[in-house]
Amino acid sequence: MADANAPYRIKGETGEWEVVIGLEVHAQVVSDAKLFSGASTKFGAEPNTQVSLVDAAMPGMLPVPNRECIRQAVRTGMALEAQINRWSRFDRKNYFYADLPQGYQISQLYHPLVGEGTIHVLLDEKDEDSAKAIGIERIHVEQDAGKLMHDQHPTMSYVDLNRCGVALMEIVSKPDMRSPAEAGAYLRKLRSILRYVGSCDGNMEEGSMRADVNVSVRRPGEQFGTRTETKNVNSVRFVQAVIEHEARRQIEVLEEGGQIVQETRLWDPDKGETRTLRSKEDAHDYRYFPDPDLLPLELDEAFLDECRSSLPELPDAKRQRFERLGITPYNASVLTAEVETARWFDQLLEAGAEPKQAANWVVAELFGALNRRGETIDNAPVSPSQAAELLGLVADGTISGTIAKQVFEVMLSEGGSAAGIVEARGLKQTSDIGAIDTEIDRILAANIDKVEQYKAGKQQLFGFFVGQTMKAMQGKANPQVVNERLKAKLG
Amino acid sequence: MSVDTRTVRHIARLARLKMSDAEVEAMVPELNNILGWVEQLGEVDTDGVEPLTAVIDQKLRLRDDIVTDGGIRDAVLVNAPDAQHGFFAVPKVIE
Repeated sequence: MADANAPYRIKGETGEWEVVIGLEVHAQVVSDAKLFSGASTKFGAEPNTQVSLVDAAMPGMLPVPNRECIRQAVRTGMALEAQINRWSRFDRKNYFYADLPQGYQISQLYHPLVGEGTIHVLLDEKDEDSAKAIGIERIHVEQDAGKLMHDQHPTMSYVDLNRCGVALMEIVSKPDMRSPAEAGAYLRKLRSILRYVGSCDGNMEEGSMRADVNVSVRRPGEQFGTRTETKNVNSVRFVQAVIEHEARRQIEVLEEGGQIVQETRLWDPDKGETRTLRSKEDAHDYRYFPDPDLLPLELDEAFLDECRSSLPELPDAKRQRFERLGITPYNASVLTAEVETARWFDQLLEAGAEPKQAANWVVAELFGALNRRGETIDNAPVSPSQAAELLGLVADGTISGTIAKQVFEVMLSEGGSAAGIVEARGLKQTSDIGAIDTEIDRILAANIDKVEQYKAGKQQLFGFFVGQTMKAMQGKANPQVVNERLKAKLG
Repeated sequence: MSVDTRTVRHIARLARLKMSDAEVEAMVPELNNILGWVEQLGEVDTDGVEPLTAVIDQKLRLRDDIVTDGGIRDAVLVNAPDAQHGFFAVPKVIE
């Protein structure tokens, strides 16, 4: 594997190039009603049934902001260690498009709700030295547009305004990323934090998170080059593909003596390339101005206090806490990446499981079982308290690790408590020296040749005797006792 | 600041207004008059004066996150030049 800390360079015809990346992520805010109207935000409804006269931009309608949307954006800002602006304002971004009946999007250009912050990423989950801080430039709140469908009619496009007016957070990074891997780590971490905070469901397939990808190239250490912006990329994999493709395209242009044009591009996932979005040529002339329908947004101390106190323990803090409990950095990373996993694991600890053992078990056994069964941890077939009981039986020596796997399989296929299964099937581990000695004597007597070889120096045969004894004891013998007794008898 | 015919055509295009050459010509002095009139404000000394963001001394009111609206598709679509299967139907716009 390549060293995650080595700088990412692209070899061109004329030497090495560095890529500079900034991301603007549009994250749909979790709320019941829209940003400025009382219409529902629920996904998948019949077309135009979740549209108020405000969303349809009927004359005389006035926007009134939804407190929850503001609260979620502020909480997100706090989770990204960002400056919260107690005074912000809404501006109109003017453009005409069929999915935007107002003729302008209400956004925040001049005075955003949230200022500078930071996201900490690990480029290699096993290595704290691969940590990198990526700056957040700002977060502002704005309206989403409606949805256009082009494939329903030969000459017409159909417009559904259900999404029109749903609240978005636009989370703008600084141009701090230098490789596709860093951009991927940033997006995954951002998604993880949003899901912990509960301000966005992070569902990229349904479009709850989309990224505009800003890419430029330069000779290492030189000034920033001209950037292009590729719009509306909806998966981590595609974002990385856009960066690779766009960096190579720019390098080719520059090495042939050309210049990069600052422009908006589109990602074509079928062809795996970006192309110019010609129709938006003069779309950058948005003629922003403060929205006269909306007064400045002022936040008081009580509001901010509630935002702060309602934040959960965040992924970094949780990972560090898990590591302090003796859990390996890799396991701690895996267990904290998704909020559902982290919650489940915390419940397992609360139910009394030993942290290190529990972490190994969840990552190896539980994840393995969930993968096989095509299930997620939300609907895991065993509860944290059931799992804690199973792990407790191993910890106190009642059953061996091998038997624990069997018991877990039974719990998965037939249900029931670990202790009940162990009891009913007589799986208890035994330290009964008499019983163990009997089996060992029988095995040694049946394998005289191997005993000779062992005594002659073939040490690796010890494992064979252990295996035979455990098999004869149906896996229930205490392995430590078996080892001790075998050593004694083999001399 | 003053505008010329080029600027007028550009603004008209952004606003999706169709204007004849004669209308554009006529618009140039009109817009310049308005701009000149507004620019008189620049003569006022505003040092140390906070920019005015609203003329009423009131705070922005916020709404609770409760669904109180929607389910009025017929009313939403009634003024549309064309509507089909519950959608607004518009001339095909595709990238």
